[in-house]
Amino acid sequence: MPRHFFEAMLVALLAGLLTVPILGIQIQVEGINVSLEGDPLPVLLAMAAVFMARLLQIPLKAVSGVIRMTRRVPRPTHLPTAYRLILIVLVIVAAAIWPFTASRGAVDIATLALIYVMLGLGLNVVVGFAGLLDLGYVAFYAVGAYGYALLSMHFGLSFWECLPLCVMMAAITGCLLGFPVLRLRGDYLAIVTLGFGEIIRLLLNNLDELTGGPDGIGNIPKPSLFGLEFARRSSIEGGTTFHEFFGLEYSGADTVVFLYLVALVMTLLILYVINRLIRMPVGRAWEALREDEIACRSLGLNPTTIKLSAFGFGASTAGFAGAFFAARQGFINPESFTFIESAIVLAIVVLGGMGSQIGVILAAIALTALPEIARQFAEYRMLIFGLVLVLMMIWRPQGLLPATRPRLELPAPAETL
Amino acid sequence: MMNESNLLAAQLPAPVERSLLQVRDLSMRFGGLLAVDHVQFDVHRHQIFAVIGPNGAGKTTVFNCIGGFYRPASGTVLLDGHSIHGLPSHRIARLGLVRTFQNVRLFKNMTVVENLLISQHMQLETRFLHGLFKTSKYRRAEAQALERAAFWLEKVNLLSVANREAGNLAYGQQRRLEIARCMITQPKLLMLDEPAAGLNPQETRDLDQLINELRAEHDIAVLLIEHDMSLVMGISDEILVMEYGRPIAIGSPDQIRNDPRVIKAYLGEE
Amino acid sequence: MLEFFQQVINGLTLGSIYALIAIGYTMVYGIIGMINFAHGEIYMISAYIGLITVTALTVQFGVENVPLILLFTLAASILATSAYGWAIERIAYRPLRSSPRLIPLISAIGMSIFLQNYVQIGQGARDLSMQPLISGGWRFGSDAGFQIYLSYMQVLIAVVTVIFMTALTLFIARSRLGRACRACSQDLTMTNLLGIDTNRVISLTFVLGAALAAVAGVLISLHIGKINPFIGFDAGIKAFTAAVLGGIGSIPGAMLGGIILGLSESFASAYLRTEYKDVVAFSLLVLVLLFRPTGLLGKPEIEKV
Repeated sequence: MPRHFFEAMLVALLAGLLTVPILGIQIQVEGINVSLEGDPLPVLLAMAAVFMARLLQIPLKAVSGVIRMTRRVPRPTHLPTAYRLILIVLVIVAAAIWPFTASRGAVDIATLALIYVMLGLGLNVVVGFAGLLDLGYVAFYAVGAYGYALLSMHFGLSFWECLPLCVMMAAITGCLLGFPVLRLRGDYLAIVTLGFGEIIRLLLNNLDELTGGPDGIGNIPKPSLFGLEFARRSSIEGGTTFHEFFGLEYSGADTVVFLYLVALVMTLLILYVINRLIRMPVGRAWEALREDEIACRSLGLNPTTIKLSAFGFGASTAGFAGAFFAARQGFINPESFTFIESAIVLAIVVLGGMGSQIGVILAAIALTALPEIARQFAEYRMLIFGLVLVLMMIWRPQGLLPATRPRLELPAPAETL
Repeated sequence: MMNESNLLAAQLPAPVERSLLQVRDLSMRFGGLLAVDHVQFDVHRHQIFAVIGPNGAGKTTVFNCIGGFYRPASGTVLLDGHSIHGLPSHRIARLGLVRTFQNVRLFKNMTVVENLLISQHMQLETRFLHGLFKTSKYRRAEAQALERAAFWLEKVNLLSVANREAGNLAYGQQRRLEIARCMITQPKLLMLDEPAAGLNPQETRDLDQLINELRAEHDIAVLLIEHDMSLVMGISDEILVMEYGRPIAIGSPDQIRNDPRVIKAYLGEE
Repeated sequence: MLEFFQQVINGLTLGSIYALIAIGYTMVYGIIGMINFAHGEIYMISAYIGLITVTALTVQFGVENVPLILLFTLAASILATSAYGWAIERIAYRPLRSSPRLIPLISAIGMSIFLQNYVQIGQGARDLSMQPLISGGWRFGSDAGFQIYLSYMQVLIAVVTVIFMTALTLFIARSRLGRACRACSQDLTMTNLLGIDTNRVISLTFVLGAALAAVAGVLISLHIGKINPFIGFDAGIKAFTAAVLGGIGSIPGAMLGGIILGLSESFASAYLRTEYKDVVAFSLLVLVLLFRPTGLLGKPEIEKV
C-alpha cells in the first residue's frame, strides 16, 4: 500500500507540473495591457483528482472485474420471447404515458434525448455493426435539418411530407460520399468522413443565398397532427388548430408533449427497422465484413455495396433525426452541426457499447439528461465527454452494456445427433 | 528462363475440350522480386490438379493472382472461356471460383451455421422490404438456406456442432467448415490452399475421401496446394511443380515422381 | 505577377508551420500506425505556453532583449509541451498498444476533446492577442503599384523551421536513438526482440513530435498574435492533410506536404474567397486519400492475404 501511495504522490506531482502553465497562470487582457495572474487552486484540485484516481486504480480494477462477471447474468435478450414482448410493451407504454405526468422542462429534455437516441442508433449501425468509423456523421444530420427547413420554406411542404424526402436526401448524400471512400482502410475512412463533415459545415456557412450562412434559417414550422396545428392561432386562413378542434384551452405544453410523442414514435420505428436489419442477410453480412473482409470477398460478397448499405442506412437515420431536430428547434444554423456533435454521438455509441442497442439508448439518455440536471457542471460537460472516451477505451472498449448478438441457430434436429 | 517455360507450354496436352481454368504466362512482381514467373497450366473439368513446391515457391501467390486478390503483372486467366483477369475477387467468386485459405479464415465470432449462411448471401432474398416485413418469400428463402446449411454440415460431419461459435471448433473441424462454406456457393472450381496442414493422419485420409466425393457428386474441379505428398500423389490427376516462382515440371503423379528436375528441387544435387 | 509572389511568401510561411506539426503525425504513424488525433491540441497548448512565457518575460520581468525572449520562450514551450506529449502517450495510448486500430483513434479523439476543454477552463474561450514582438519588414515594388511585403517574422519562421528540420533529419539519420526510431518504423516487434526498449522509442517520437509542434505554436502566436483553445483542431487536421499528402510515415514527405498545403491555401484565399481556403484544404485531404493514399513520397502497403 505505501508503494501505491508514493506512486500516486509522484503522479500527482507530475500532474501539478503539467497543469501549472495552463490552470495555474491566467493571462489577463485589459485593453492593450496583458498581465499574468497566478491561482494555485485549480492546480491543487487537478493534483488531488489525479492523486485520487491513481490511488483508486487498484480497487477500480477489482470492481471492473466484478462488472465483467455480470456479462454472465441473464439479460433481457435471454428471456423467453413472451416475457420479452411483455417487457417491451410495458416500457413503450410507460414512455408514452410519462410526459402527461412530467414537467414541461423534463419532457423537453427527454425529446432532446430521443433525438440523440436516434442519432446513436443510426451511428451504431455504422460503427458498431459494420465497423466503419464515421466522424462526419453530423453532416447527414445537417442534410436532414436543412432539407426540411428549405423544403418547407420554398415549397411549403409539411413536416410529414418532408420526412421521407429528408431520409432520401440523406441516404443519397451518404451513398454519394460513401461510394468513393468506403474502400479506404478504417482510420483513413474516419479522417475522410471527418473532412466531408467539415466541408459540408463550411458550405452551409458560406452559401449565404441558399442556407442563410452563419445566421441560419428561422421560422421552421412544427409538425402537425393530421393537419391540426399546435399553435394559438392557425397559420393558414380558416385552418383549425389542435386545441380548437378538441375544444381545449390553448396550452404550450401540448406542443411539447406532442413533439415528445412524435420523437418517441420515430425512435421506435428506427428500432424496429434496425432489429429486422441485423437479423437479415444484410445484417449478417455487415458483421461478417467487420470480422474478415478478405474471407467475404472470397465468397462473392461485394464489400463496397455491403459497407454502402450500412453507411447509407446510418445516414438516412441521421437525416430522419435531423428533420425532426429542425422542426423542434424552429431555427437552425451551422453551429449545431460541428465536429463536436459527431463526437458526442460517437461517445454515446462507445459508452453504450458498440453494437448494443439498449446500451446506446441508455447512454444517449444519460449523456443528454445528466448535463441538464447538473447545470453547475455544464462547463465541464465536454471535458468529461473527452475523458469518458479515453477511459472507456482503456477500461472497457466494448462499452458498459456490451452487445450480445442475435444468434441464428439451426433448429432442434441438430442437437439430437 | 523463357525457353524453359515455352518448353513446358509445348508439353501441355492439346485440349480436347475447353478446359475449365486456363492460366497463361502468369507473372507477379513484389518490388524487385519476381514471385511468380511465367506460370501456365490448365485445369480440366472434374480434374484434381495439384501445385507443389518448396516453401516460398510462389504457390499461394498463384492462387491470389487467379482469385483476384493480387493484380498480376502479366498473363491471362480464363475461367470457362471467360477472362477473369483483373476482375475484383468477389466477382470471380460469383463466377464459380472459390477458395480456402492457408491459415483458415472463418468468421470466428459467428456460429457454424451462420458461417454457412453468409456464403449463401448471393442466393438469398436480400431485398430490404421483404426482410423488413418478413414476407413468406423471405421466410422460405431463409428456411431453404438453413436446409442447405444442414445438408453440408452433415456432409462434412459438423452437424453436432452447428450452433457453436466457429472460433471454438477444433482445427480439423475448422478446415472442414471452410470447405463446406465454399461448396455451398455451388462453385465450378474449388481452390484449396494446404487443406491438410495441421491435420492428423486419420483426418488427412478423411480429407482425401471428401475431396474425391466432392468431385464425384458435385461436378467440380479441384485445384490444390499441398505439402503432404502421399495425399497429393494419391488424388491428383495432374501436378505442377514450382520452384522460385518458376514452373519446373508438369505431368501425372508418375511422371512427376520420376522427373529428375523435381527430384533435384526436393532432394538437392545427389 | 507581384501578387503571385506575395502569395508564395505567405504560403511558404503557413506551409512551414504545417510542416512542423505534420512531422508529429507522420512519425507517430510511421512507428505505431495510429493517427494521433490530439496532436493539434499539443500545438494549441504550446501556443498558450509561448504566450504566457512572453508575457511573463516582457511584462513581469521587463526583459527587452528580443533574441533572448525568443530563445527562452522557445525553450520553455518545447520543454513543457514535450512533457504533455509524453504524458498523453503514457495515459491514453500506451495501454491500448495491442488493440484494434480504431480503439486508440477513439481514445485520441477523446484526448483531443479533453485538452481543448481543459485549456478552455484554465484560460477561457476568448481570443487572446499579444503585441507583436517583432514587427516590420521589407517592401518591394513601386510605391504606386502592388507591393510585396515580407515581414521579419516570416523570415524568422522560415529560418527557425529550417534549423529544426535539419536538426531532426540529422538526429534521425546519425544518432543511435534515431537509428532505433528507423528500426521501429520498419518492424516494431522485431526491434523489441532485438533488445531495444521500444516503449522508450515510442515515447521519444511523441516528445519529438510535440517539440516541433511547440516550435510551430510559438512561431504562430508571435506571427498572428491571436490564439484561442480551438486553433488546434483546424491546424491539426490540416497538418494531418500535409502528412498524408507527402506520404504518411515519411519525414521529408511531411515537409513537402506542409509546403504544398500552405501554398494551395494561400492561393485559394487570394484567388477564390478567403472562406474557401478551408474547403480547399479539406478537399485536398479527401482527394489525396482517395486517389493516392500513399501520398507523394510514401511506400505502398501490400495487403496480406
